[in-house]
Amino acid sequence: MIKFFLMVNKQGQTRLSRYYEHVEINKRAILEAEVIKNCLSRSKDECSFIEYKDFKLVYRQYAALFIVVGIDQTENEMAVYELIHNFVEVLDKYFSRVVSETLNLL
Amino acid sequence: MEAVNLLSSNRYTEKQIGYLFISVLVNSNSELIRLINNAIKNDLASRNPTFMGLALHCIANVGSREMAEAFAGEIPKILVAGDTMDSVKQSAALCLLRLYRTSPDLVPMGDWTSRVVHLLNDQHLGVVTAATSLITTLAQKNPEEFKTSVSLAVSRLSRIVTSASTDLQDYTYYFVPAPWLSVKLLRLLQCYPPPEDPAVRGRLTECLETILNKAQEPPKSKKVQHSNAKNAVLFEAISLIIHHDSEPNLLVRACNQLGQFLQHRETNLRYLALESMCTLASSEFSHEAVKTHIETVINALKTERDVSVRQRAVDLLYAMCDRSNAQQIVAEMLNYLETADYSIREEIVLKVAILAEKYAVDYTWYVDTILNLIRIAGDYVSEEVWYRVIQIVINRDDVQGYAAKTVFEALQAPACHENLVKVGGYILGEFGNLIAGDPRSSPLIQFNLLHSKFHLCSVPTRALLLSTYIKFVNLFPEIKTTIQDVLRSDSQLKNADVELQQRAVEYLRLSTIASTDILATVLEEMPPFPERESSILAKLKKKKGPGTVTDLEEIKRERSSDMNGSAEPACATDGSTPSPSADLLGLSAAPVTNPAPPSSTNGSLLVDVFSDTAPAVAPLAPGSDDNFARFVCKNNGVLFENQLLQIGLKSEFRQNLGRMFIFYGNKTSTQFLNFTPTVICSDDLQPSLNLQTKPVDPTVDGGAQVQQVVNIECVSDFMEAPVLNIQFRYGGTFQNLSVKLPITLNKFFQPTEMSSQDFFQRWKQLSNPKQEVQNIFKAKHPMDAEITKAKIIGFGSALLEEVDPNPANFVGAGIIHTKTTQIGCLLRLEPNLQAQMYRLTLRTSKEAVSQRLCELLSEQF
Repeated sequence: MIKFFLMVNKQGQTRLSRYYEHVEINKRAILEAEVIKNCLSRSKDECSFIEYKDFKLVYRQYAALFIVVGIDQTENEMAVYELIHNFVEVLDKYFSRVVSETLNLL
Repeated sequence: MEAVNLLSSNRYTEKQIGYLFISVLVNSNSELIRLINNAIKNDLASRNPTFMGLALHCIANVGSREMAEAFAGEIPKILVAGDTMDSVKQSAALCLLRLYRTSPDLVPMGDWTSRVVHLLNDQHLGVVTAATSLITTLAQKNPEEFKTSVSLAVSRLSRIVTSASTDLQDYTYYFVPAPWLSVKLLRLLQCYPPPEDPAVRGRLTECLETILNKAQEPPKSKKVQHSNAKNAVLFEAISLIIHHDSEPNLLVRACNQLGQFLQHRETNLRYLALESMCTLASSEFSHEAVKTHIETVINALKTERDVSVRQRAVDLLYAMCDRSNAQQIVAEMLNYLETADYSIREEIVLKVAILAEKYAVDYTWYVDTILNLIRIAGDYVSEEVWYRVIQIVINRDDVQGYAAKTVFEALQAPACHENLVKVGGYILGEFGNLIAGDPRSSPLIQFNLLHSKFHLCSVPTRALLLSTYIKFVNLFPEIKTTIQDVLRSDSQLKNADVELQQRAVEYLRLSTIASTDILATVLEEMPPFPERESSILAKLKKKKGPGTVTDLEEIKRERSSDMNGSAEPACATDGSTPSPSADLLGLSAAPVTNPAPPSSTNGSLLVDVFSDTAPAVAPLAPGSDDNFARFVCKNNGVLFENQLLQIGLKSEFRQNLGRMFIFYGNKTSTQFLNFTPTVICSDDLQPSLNLQTKPVDPTVDGGAQVQQVVNIECVSDFMEAPVLNIQFRYGGTFQNLSVKLPITLNKFFQPTEMSSQDFFQRWKQLSNPKQEVQNIFKAKHPMDAEITKAKIIGFGSALLEEVDPNPANFVGAGIIHTKTTQIGCLLRLEPNLQAQMYRLTLRTSKEAVSQRLCELLSEQF
């Protein structure tokens, strides 16, 4: 099950967050900060799946934007990885050209 | 309010804003919720697909219990109706899934099952995807009902996989047909065992082979997305193959495919391959095939830059370890440990300890490994690990000498870890005599070595060392005076820590007054420990959580028979153990007492597991009578307590009804399983007392408390008390105990105020000798008037002041309420302070009642 879906930029500001499980408001900020810290410290040749607490993070980087999805063990990681890309392509098609700044307006 | 108005407008944009507002800001304001639900209901009933879609999305996003209650019946109808549009069907399926996740009991699936399964055949792949998600979750709870979905899923899957690239236009992603749907269907199939029907099974095998073949073909597109999507389907298929575990050639192919991925350029693939191989390693068919890749895995462990991948490699090494490669793997893991991340060190330490113990052909190797472990990662070596090594050394005579020598040498290193001092101290204390012959390790040298570390250690270690010193006094009388001097020194005898001071004083005394025989008996060598399941495994399980590598451990143990000759018996139950028990430091406390002896043979444990029939109700636990008497006049308190369980009560009564809350507290740190409390009424009691209990969760976690509610109705007067019988499984043993439940007739006693005149009038009315019962008895408790008054009130009767001419007497009145009748009762208690006795007179309209009440009340004073 997908726990949450985040879009965070390199400076650590959350552009979009969607939680599919109840998480308190103050915990969300902490969660996002930790997640982005984990993702930013990864290099190019490390894999895109991070184990964090009791679920996994699947992340993908698009220029200055990180899209991170938190999943539990029932999901196929690769499928979710491609799902992220599909999502970005859909946004691309729908909003003609997707750039970070466009996403700022979301 | 505005939002609710917007909801009911007919324009899409307004409606959309209204719903957006509601889904973000809904709270439990009941007024609004009703209006909102109404608006949603209207939208659902309208035939307009956009409105229905909006309504369904709102329900799914909010998913609160009130919404579930309101709509759970409606949505399945929408889902399976013939005329709903596809998009609405999709939303309905996912909405139902969401409601099911939050409130599974409110979603009635009985009638709709076959229709929902039928959705898998729908034309529109979106509907199929949504339905698959729904069915996967439902099937996990009720696999039987959704069995028919298996064949449909298989046929759907094979149609997708074998479709040419021109079909499925909308659903082809970079030349891969419907990847997410394929993944979901494969997941659904993992909820079930391999299909029995040969046709279906054949189709499935074909399907899986096609997927495996496709992986070998050259890619249709250079884009990374194509290969990612293809691999997503491939990995899911491999999971399914592993789950079924029935086709050897598929398993071997899968294994080879994964082997290829292990050396792929892309890190993601290497990671996933290592993970899948881990689960593959437990299957018997492919275990050999997995082992061939050991070199690659070890290489990965050494060279990978990514810590997650290294972690997976370690897990895989652990899973693929068996007798032939154990030494190599343990050596590699120890190497890795030196440079490993701090957060995972403890886990690796536990794993190394388990592997070393399990596959040790020669126990000297085991001792070496553990000592190395302590040397490298001493801080992370938890207590269980070194307890275990000591247990093993004590149980095996042949390795004792070697252990003593090795430990002695290790201690000579300039900087040694405290755990090493603990182990060393203990072993030398027990077996120092085995190496005392050698002049390099003479007793005095041993003592000096240990004492040199003494001041560097923490309090528990020092305590252990003090015990070792007294053991030395026994083993080596020649250094007795040296040791006594040490014990006598002020820093020991006047030590700030109470434990150390006590030990020093007692040991000193023991060494001075006891004769050598007594000393020898007291400080005899520790007897071998009873064979017990390794508590290390339990600890590892707790760390990793369920469903991971430790489950492999269970499977492996079940499959492989006793590899080590005299190693501990493989237990068929899950690994919960009695807590690390007897104080290993020598002369002290008995292990946790269990009524049933801890079973140490396979046979008896299996019997326990498989015999579900409840044994005869255990005899009443001792002391339950006292507690019972205490509860006659009060309603709250602790009913029963032993070392494992505490039972508390809180009850309230009104007229002829009552409610009792029974609290069961688990005093241990281990879970109780199959926890079943039952209230038993004897046959005589049955018609007079109606008891209803709500069932209790059968698992009680360590330290947790569960509550049970008992509803009581008094139908007629009764004499006996019901019995509460509790059965549960603690550790490997079965516990059964019974206590009397303090539901007595006086609980239904309603106090009645009345004037002195009325009282005496009634008293005379009840002058029939049968209606009166008198008892003269000695006071058991101090005769305090206040306490006595309180007890009478607690008993349920009204305390009537100034009724009796003698002010020292206590007079009470009340009515017993039962369903059928009401019985008036009058009582008079006359204390005789000089003789310390009481005379209690009870008059009621029913003889039996008088008798019973008199009995109950007499106990109280």
